[in-house]
Amino acid sequence: MIKADDLAIFPVDQWIQDGVRWLALNLRPLFQAIKWPVESLLGFNDWVLHAIPFPVMLLLIGLIAWRSAGRGVAAFSVVSLVVIAMLGVWTEAMTTLSLITTAIVFCAVIGIPIGILCARSDRVWNVVRPILDIMQTTPTFVYLVPVVMLFGVGTVPGEVAVVTAAVPPLIRFTNLGIRMVEHEIVEAGLAFGADSRQLLWEIQLPLAIPSILGGLNQTVLTAMVMSVVVAMIGAEGLGLVVLQGLGRLDVGRAAIGGIAIVLLAMMLDRITQKLAETKRDQRTSLLQALMRFLRGSRREEITAPAPPEASRQAA
Amino acid sequence: MSERLRIENLYKVFAKDPTEALQILRGGGTKDSVFGKLGQVVGLDGVSLSVPSGAMYMIMGLSGSGKSTLARCVNRLNEPSAGRILLDGQDIVPLSEKALREVRRTRMSMVFQHFALLPNKRVIENVEFGLKLRGVAPAQRRKRAEEILSVVGLARWGYHLPHELSGGMRQRVGLARALATDADILIMDEAFSALDPLIRTEMQDELLRLQRTLNKTILFITHDFQEALKLGTRIAIMSEGKLVREGTPQSIVLEPGSDYVAAFTREVDRARLFDAHSVMKAPTVLWRGPNGIVVGGAGGGLLLDQQEHVVAGLGEAQIATLKQTGELPAGRGPYLCVPEGARLVDVARSYRSDHAMGVVDDSGKLVGLLGAEQILARIANLPSPGEAA
Repeated sequence: MIKADDLAIFPVDQWIQDGVRWLALNLRPLFQAIKWPVESLLGFNDWVLHAIPFPVMLLLIGLIAWRSAGRGVAAFSVVSLVVIAMLGVWTEAMTTLSLITTAIVFCAVIGIPIGILCARSDRVWNVVRPILDIMQTTPTFVYLVPVVMLFGVGTVPGEVAVVTAAVPPLIRFTNLGIRMVEHEIVEAGLAFGADSRQLLWEIQLPLAIPSILGGLNQTVLTAMVMSVVVAMIGAEGLGLVVLQGLGRLDVGRAAIGGIAIVLLAMMLDRITQKLAETKRDQRTSLLQALMRFLRGSRREEITAPAPPEASRQAA
Repeated sequence: MSERLRIENLYKVFAKDPTEALQILRGGGTKDSVFGKLGQVVGLDGVSLSVPSGAMYMIMGLSGSGKSTLARCVNRLNEPSAGRILLDGQDIVPLSEKALREVRRTRMSMVFQHFALLPNKRVIENVEFGLKLRGVAPAQRRKRAEEILSVVGLARWGYHLPHELSGGMRQRVGLARALATDADILIMDEAFSALDPLIRTEMQDELLRLQRTLNKTILFITHDFQEALKLGTRIAIMSEGKLVREGTPQSIVLEPGSDYVAAFTREVDRARLFDAHSVMKAPTVLWRGPNGIVVGGAGGGLLLDQQEHVVAGLGEAQIATLKQTGELPAGRGPYLCVPEGARLVDVARSYRSDHAMGVVDDSGKLVGLLGAEQILARIANLPSPGEAA
């Protein structure tokens, strides 16, 4: 009788290990080149976030939350930050935040252009889509293995893993947002003689903004999760607090890390979610989203009343 | 009127390779037989038509008849599978993408059923859209957009967002956007179909009013025969991808030519469609003298001067005397004249049984005579009494 293990004659693990080792040896300059911008931006963000004094940071995040998401979220954010500080993990939380902010930048720079390419060419999408499927179904810590092989251990390779894990939703939502732009409006663009560049910038991209911001929200949350997981390859931050707690069977320390992570995640989620949320029929351009951010979302609702019915009939 | 647009043997098959389907269609096959054999959908099956400059050309048909496909082939939103589309004699089917863009930017514009306005742009930016694509400087296009907005009656709404406007107003914006580029061909794809009935009537009147001054060549797609009759100078009726009837509104109602077309014409308000010219009887000269002409035909006779202007009416008795004696009798009867473009409903309102009725052209010359029988026969859809006899 043949046993299942008898079939395991191919040393697949060996092959993969050899392959990755070969990559690590021969493409070292490439991985160094990838690492360099990540290292620079991460270093800068980390320095800035730690350099800002606690009260200023409190004020800043409160202000951002208020402008983009309203008074409730602002209050919640400030309270969360104070709680995090009271738990004694402020420095770690700022490290995690720098991992996430850096990831947002890289995901936007990588994800949005790829998403646009996918939306404009079925051939590209047919290649990218299965890759995204695999990336999103793979458990996040599986990314850690090749990352360690290719980039080593520490916070910077951790950031590479965070970006890799967090970019798929943004690609997906950008693609979807552009493809879902009302067919008739795209036709209107064509009928008035738009070339493909005008079609993208005048019609598709502006109308896909809400969807792209929705993708950004997903990206932020995935980055949050991943920033915790990468503690396993030596990245600093709140994840390391949890990991240390686990290692020492120190339930209290692990719980502190957990609470801080949940609070930070909720805060980021609420702020980015409100950015993406727009009223039905009122889609915004990037510029308007920014303006709304600067002026505060609540004020616009008050200053832009519906036109009175009487004057509508008169016209 | 000169010809602006000419479509010759246009075919559209929705398939990557339409060769086989085209063979079937040219060999006398139908839309159904192509679908049965190849599973390919036929949009247009050998359509030919000619649109005069300045016409309000209605393309009418039920859904799936190919009317929208036809209109979209004209600006090549749908690529024709075979055939020619001549714009002022130039075939636009083989044009390169760049040349086609130029045609779309300068020669044609389009109004959409669901308005297709950019929801994130203000009304005035929507109106500027075509000019912006063409590369017109901001100040210049803003000025033009403001002009056009006031033409469509939305001068005060330029800085609102489209969602703040009602459906009718949004379509006015759509119309303004199409007019702003000064394209001479306007494709209106079911432009008023999404509006509620009162607003639709209002927009139809507005379009007729605008067309009097703009004199564009308008290709108007509709599934509403009443709308086609009201707006159209010519109507093309489509069915199964084929053109089944083409002509002026009056000629189509008069001679539908097929049961399919007759089904649309049955409920038409004929009194408001037909004019005096279409039912009048040609005058026959009964007497000619040095100082006038007597003509008859229907409903008594009329005395004309040498310029063929009506000067008096003659009653039945006087006509009888004239026929007997060959002399112009002394008595005169009452008469009235209607312009040849007058609708039958208005003619009927002014009708008097004891008056002889003449139909005159713009210069006041008599072109025909009209009696009660002619009016009634046309409204009741009977053959004209003169012809039947």
